[in-house]
Amino acid sequence: MKPRVLLENKQLEVTLTRLCYQLIEVHNDFSESVIIGLQPRGIYLAHRIQKLLEGILKKKINCGDLDTTFYRDDFRKKELIPNQTNINFIIEDKNVILIDDVLYTGRTIRAGLDAMLAFGRPSDVELLVLVDRRFSRHVPIQAKYVGLTIDSISTQNVKVDWKETDGKDRVTLIDK
Amino acid sequence: MSNLSVNHLLGIKYITKADIELILDTAKNFKEVINRPIKKVPSLRDITVANLFFENSTRTRLSFELAQKRLSADTVNFSASSSSVKKGETLIDTVNNILAMKVDMIVMRHSSPGAALFLSKKVNAKIVNAGDGAHEHPTQALLDAFSMQEKLGDLKGKKIAIVGDILHSRVALSNIFCLQKLGADVKVCGPTTLIPKYIESLGVTVETDLRKTLEWCDVANMLRIQLERQDIKFFPSIREYTMLYGLDKQLLDSLSKKIIIMHPGPINRGVEITSDVADSSQSIILDQVENGVAVRMAVMFLLAGRQ
Repeated sequence: MKPRVLLENKQLEVTLTRLCYQLIEVHNDFSESVIIGLQPRGIYLAHRIQKLLEGILKKKINCGDLDTTFYRDDFRKKELIPNQTNINFIIEDKNVILIDDVLYTGRTIRAGLDAMLAFGRPSDVELLVLVDRRFSRHVPIQAKYVGLTIDSISTQNVKVDWKETDGKDRVTLIDK
Repeated sequence: MSNLSVNHLLGIKYITKADIELILDTAKNFKEVINRPIKKVPSLRDITVANLFFENSTRTRLSFELAQKRLSADTVNFSASSSSVKKGETLIDTVNNILAMKVDMIVMRHSSPGAALFLSKKVNAKIVNAGDGAHEHPTQALLDAFSMQEKLGDLKGKKIAIVGDILHSRVALSNIFCLQKLGADVKVCGPTTLIPKYIESLGVTVETDLRKTLEWCDVANMLRIQLERQDIKFFPSIREYTMLYGLDKQLLDSLSKKIIIMHPGPINRGVEITSDVADSSQSIILDQVENGVAVRMAVMFLLAGRQ
């Protein structure tokens, strides 16, 4: 089957802006809130959201990158390459918004929750994803903020491209 | 390339440049981990590691043990002096008995060159060589390369001098293999009696004058005189060795450029280097020790990740 484009350019921009305003509704001026993007692909979404929020709120928003490799439960089942963790703020008693591009089995988020605890005990953790592949969860994890909910099967992949790395903002559904 | 090409780390000789780069890249991530408030990750929580030290060690053993604990592995320790080895048990019997207790990985230091290689052929566990006689000490070479990269970036074309007792040093041999695979120029320097006869066949240059060597190099790795391995006199006296091959602050300051000073430890202060050199801003000896834990975490993480 031909790859199906789910979101692109303007549509994607509208979705991201909506997610930002949903965040502001809950987190007000972000004085007690921080953003953490999950490596490898969630960090691009996190940095994009950070930039948009900074534009709207006219202030600096804390944003970090978190690698989950050492906390995964499928270590030894497949080859994993660690990425950089870069969190230069304390998350103790903060409201943390975990960000990933696609929510599928939920295992990455589970590992992310574990990994995050190395940086303190947050007062509250929420999950934001761009694409939620519903009915495919292996663990009981749901996102609070969702860009797009889709139905997909295990032989399909959702690919999120970003202008910064892939030259174009686009979400596509492809057959493996 | 996202995994090692080998099942054991027996020596730098047996691994590829890509393996070395993978280990050093992974170690960067672990260095970040060990500088967190909570220094522990659960990666090896299902792995049991036995540390078999048939020869004395403080730094390497502590470093391996800390690395294992920070990866959440279970560990058992063994030292030859307080074990049945004294009663005449062979190496394979000792190890097989330990493996019967379901151990997955073995970190071994032994006084016989090739002990780790021998073991890897006979037993069913991942082996990490923590020093085998005067043969290899691969994790030391990896942490030395990691520490140099932190200071100098890419080591290609960089000039590294290894000074001292080359003949008895496993650190020297592993360092030569590792640095050459990373593209560095290596020179060894020491009294002719302590330089192996065919060392040039490894592609290194030999120099007997310490000042000339230091003027040439970017990094000087000062080795300890291994008196415990010397069965005959290789030089007239420690005092004479120090006069000719000891590095003091006066010599260091008289050089035309600022070089980096390394030492694999334990230091004999006042013999191969003086205290003021060991504690100077050019010395990265304590960085080496810190990086040792990160590099050993990377090695065990990557080996355990292999099916």
